[in-house]
Amino acid sequence: MGDGGSSRDYGGRRQAAWAGARRAVGVPALVLGASFIGFGALVQQVGLSLWHALFSTATGWALPGQVALVELYSVGASLAVIAAAVALTNARLLPMAVTLMPVIRAPGIPRWQYYLVANWVAVTAWVAAMRDCPAMPAEQLLPYFAGMSCTLWAVTLVTTAIGFALAGRVPAIVTLGLVFINPIYFMLVVAADVRTRTRVLAALFGAACGPALYLLTPGWSLLLTGLIAGSLAFVTGRARIWQD
Amino acid sequence: MPDSAVWWPFVVMVAGALATYVWRALGVALSGRIDPRGAAFEWIACVAYALLAGLIARMILLPTGPVAETALGLRIAAAAGAFVVFFATRRNMLAGVGAGVGLLMLLSWRW
Repeated sequence: MGDGGSSRDYGGRRQAAWAGARRAVGVPALVLGASFIGFGALVQQVGLSLWHALFSTATGWALPGQVALVELYSVGASLAVIAAAVALTNARLLPMAVTLMPVIRAPGIPRWQYYLVANWVAVTAWVAAMRDCPAMPAEQLLPYFAGMSCTLWAVTLVTTAIGFALAGRVPAIVTLGLVFINPIYFMLVVAADVRTRTRVLAALFGAACGPALYLLTPGWSLLLTGLIAGSLAFVTGRARIWQD
Repeated sequence: MPDSAVWWPFVVMVAGALATYVWRALGVALSGRIDPRGAAFEWIACVAYALLAGLIARMILLPTGPVAETALGLRIAAAAGAFVVFFATRRNMLAGVGAGVGLLMLLSWRW
């Protein structure tokens, strides 16, 4: 060690990719897998096909946006409203990608490879990479991240299919449990994640606005909730900062 | 299913995927050039958290599908149970989700 502190040297690019894959298997894959079982069950329950479920997980891999999309589709929201709501739900991926890139960047690797792996920037792999990568040799960073996120991606494709297949075939009470996984999972993720006063306010205002606006306008409610409650929390937080 | 009920959701999902990827690609493009702790990002984070919290609250309080057939009190009790177990187990996600889902199934089976 000592030379930049490469205390996580896996010996080569291929080994690093495998190490990333092994890192993914375990608790992260279990939690993520369970939530995608819930997603598969949700898609089945709104009357879409297995191919819709798999296509969504394969391309738009970021669960909150996927759930928002399916929920909005099922209440008949327009394409523009759905796209805008998904965009706002997933806007948190931008700061995530911004902070991840310096951590997995290495000299000599073409830029397009980063645009490729960017499609797998999501919270589970991001948390693990931010923790592990600073201790690794430069040439192993990208393979490690790719190995980890591709493994998680594969797990979620399989569990999406499992959730879809289970829903409607198992007793009604089990289907009920499967569809209830995601609201509970997201609730705990948000509860664990909001650290600053401003973000706590955003979550509380949002929780109050969401159901109320849904009663007024189901299709637009998510978009309006995000913009109104989020901006209100932001302004309240700023006002407090200026006061102090 | 009519044809449009098959291909239209794919169109919606392509739009959703693009609306998702654009942030990731922008993140790569802007990395090193912007400060992710700036005010604009804080506003974006607030909007995203509010939207997500709104979706969660709606899914628990005004659900559609099979969850809609359970009583509101049971869903609130299940969510509260998930909270308690999650923080009592030092933020064990599996325990928290398991408690919430298990409680809802158990309560709606008993009542």
